[in-house]
Parts: sequence; structure tokens; C-alpha cells
Amino acid sequence: MSELLIKDKEIVVPGEELAVGMDFLPSYGTYRRGDKIISNMVGLVHIEGKVVKLIPLSGKYAPKKEDTIIGQVIDVAMSGWRIETNCAYSAMVSLKDATSDFIARGADLTQYFDIGDWVVAKIINVTSQKLVDMTMKGPGLRKLKGGRVTRINTNKVPRVIGKAGSMVTMIKVSTDTKIIVGQNGVVWIQGEPEMESIAVDAIKMIENQSHVSGLTDKVKEFLEKATGKKIEMPEYNR
Amino acid sequence: MMAYKREKRKNDEPREITAKAGIIPRADGSGYFKIGNTEAYAAVYGPRNLFPRFKQNPTKGILRCNYNMMPFSGMGNRVRPGANRRSKEISMITENALIPVLDLHEFPNSVVDVFIELPQTDAGSRCAGICAASIALADAGLAMKDLVSSVAVGHLGGTVFVDLDYNEEAFDEGDVADIPIAFIPKTEEYSLLQMDGITSKEILFEALEVSKKAIEIIYKAQQDALKQRYKEGQK
Repeated sequence: MSELLIKDKEIVVPGEELAVGMDFLPSYGTYRRGDKIISNMVGLVHIEGKVVKLIPLSGKYAPKKEDTIIGQVIDVAMSGWRIETNCAYSAMVSLKDATSDFIARGADLTQYFDIGDWVVAKIINVTSQKLVDMTMKGPGLRKLKGGRVTRINTNKVPRVIGKAGSMVTMIKVSTDTKIIVGQNGVVWIQGEPEMESIAVDAIKMIENQSHVSGLTDKVKEFLEKATGKKIEMPEYNR
Repeated sequence: MMAYKREKRKNDEPREITAKAGIIPRADGSGYFKIGNTEAYAAVYGPRNLFPRFKQNPTKGILRCNYNMMPFSGMGNRVRPGANRRSKEISMITENALIPVLDLHEFPNSVVDVFIELPQTDAGSRCAGICAASIALADAGLAMKDLVSSVAVGHLGGTVFVDLDYNEEAFDEGDVADIPIAFIPKTEEYSLLQMDGITSKEILFEALEVSKKAIEIIYKAQQDALKQRYKEGQK
């Protein structure tokens, strides 16, 4: 007889028994011991038919293929740039993935990206040894000029973005700023200095209260109070 | 010979426990564990880049623990700050106690740093440190098959007691043994077993048996601390 020992969406800690019996399958964040499925980390239980998995609630960013992230150039190499990615491993952007310009051998690469520059880039490959390759070719991938950078927990990124980008659009519209949220938890904001700081507060508020239901309304209220004007959401995002 | 008698608690009862998770905002994970007058803070940083490079392991990440008693944490004289022989040993046994539950294969060439600080001690500090570190590692979102619970057991003149305090440890009217253990409840394995003193085989096994109840209480406190932190969801 197989049986679940835990409810869907419950918070579990490492070593908790989630299910017993071979009819259930262990997925991310769980493992099988004997005929039991046991949690492997702190997370929310997510049950999909027979599959039991955990949605992690904490932890550092782990580089993943196809993720768009924000990073800082930390080194300029012979034929590319090394980027700090807010995780244990730095990434490489090679010349051919950075620009379509012709660059002569031995040219000065700092005219494209210099140490300290912030960039939005997409991960194209992650090896088993966690060597990360990134590209700057693609829509929205570029060097960031001006603005400010704040860091949030990478697990809270989906909440900050919201359904179809609704949450981040609301902050953008309300504070009249440009915002880019990297999957690695680095957020770039550009606008009027006061508005930038209101946007940072709103993002921190979402991060801290990500578990609260009706958060969108709370953030809306906060933004309207802080900026002193009503939020008119664009048609496509209502 | 006078047999020792406990006044305030039963022989198999640990001191009062307070456990918390996520109390150090800038750390990737943190834990607090207080048992009686012994207090431990643990902060986890990482997985992060590891230098010097020769220490890197390409097959899996490494765990690096640092145990430190603060200058006025002791029971008498000021503790001289910085590392000493004792703290180095305890750092090592803490690492060895925690590594069996951790899976760091996802993080080759990197390191997970654990800093354990003790602002106040009254015996059982390595056990409190391991309990706090175990909470902190789970809070850091690392894959671990179970939490590690740790407590000291021992005997004073042949009677087994759990979670000795400093006065009990200093008992001088007969044989004494202080046996710090760390236990992994899910697999029923011991990941730490040390001893200071004199004991017989019978008393050792009795002590391990008696410790089970205290381990259960500590394990529950650790689980509750983590659940509490994520119910509130603050950081």
C-alpha cells in the first residue's frame, strides 16, 4: 500500500518522510530510502500525480542553460571576458559570442567591456565541472550603463517578476524606471534616483513577503503611497 | 564515595533548548542553538569559490568548519582569542560529523564555509555547535539527507546522565566520563563519538541508549526552528 505522509504545499525540512510505498516516485529534492521517500532539503512539497518533488525555498543560484542573468565583468582575458555571476562559479563570454564586429588579433578588448561593467547575458552551456559559457547575442542582452544594482534571493525571482511579468511591470510603470531581473537574483534598476530607491524598496518588500497572499495589492498600495500617483497598468497586463 | 544527584532535571533530560534558523541576514544560511547556558551561532557561506586552488576538489565541493569560543564565553578565565589546538580539533570533528549527511557533488571545486561562534559556554559546546551548524546548512538550501543532532552523555560515579553541564563534568568524587555524540536519526548512524574520562563497556552502551531520548528532543527542536523560519518567510 502506498500512501502520502504529507500534504501538498507543506513546508518540509531535510530528513522528513514524504511518502511510503513504491507507487510514488522521488524527484528533485527527495530521495528514496527503503520503501520511503524522504526530503533532501528545505522546501515546499509539490505533488504531480505519482511524482513527489520539492520547490526549494533557499540556496544560492545554480547556473542553468538558457538562463538570462546579470553579472559584472571581473577580468579581461585573451579572447573574452570573465563575468561574476552571484554564485560559486564565474562565467566566460568569448569574443565570438560578444559582438559581430571584426576584432583584430591583439586588439584592446576593454573598449567593448571593461572590468567593473555590468552586463545582461544568457548562459549557453554549463559543463559537469560547472564551467559556464555565456552569450551577449540576443534580444535584450547588452551592457548596462548607469542605474543601480540590488541582489535578492534567487528563489524569489519568479515572485518579483510575477505572472507574465505583472509585478515587475507594475513597479516599472509606477516609478517610471527601467528594471531587469536576472535569474541569478541580481536586479538592475535605472531611473530618477528617488524612484530607483522606491523601486528597490518595493523589490525588497516582495522578497520579504513572498509568502503573503494578496501581495500584488499590498505592493500596489505601497507604490501609490510612495510615488503619490495612481498606477495605470498598460492594457496587455491587466 | 558520594553518588551525584541531579536536582533540577531528570538524568535523561537535556537542559532547556532554544533553536532558531535564519538569524544572520548576510549569511547564506544561519542557525542558533542554545542548550542551558551554552549558546552557539552558526553561519554558512557558500557554495563559493575556493582558494588556494590546490585545496579544490574537482569531484565534489568541500566543507570547511571553524569553531570559535569568544573571549568571555568561558566559565572562568578569559579565553585567549584566535585558534588553538582545541578549537582546531573541534573544527575538524564538526566537519566529520556533518559531512555524512551532505551531498556536495553538485558543487565541484567550491567550498561551503561554516563559522561557529560561542558567546557563552557551559560544557557541551561542540554539540551545540554541531546542532547550530546543521540548522544553518539546511537553511542555506544545501542537499542533505538528514539533520544531525548532537548531545553529550556521560557518567558520574557509574550513574549515567545526559547533557552534562560544567559542574557535573568537573565531578571529582569518582570516575567520570564525558561522551559527546552526534547522531543521524534517519540512518541511525553515529557521526561523532568522543570520550574524555574513564568508563566501562557496559556504561558506554547504557549511555548511548539513554541519549536517544535527548537526541529526539533536539532533533524536534531543530526541525521546528527551520519550519518556523519558513512559515514566517522572512530574510
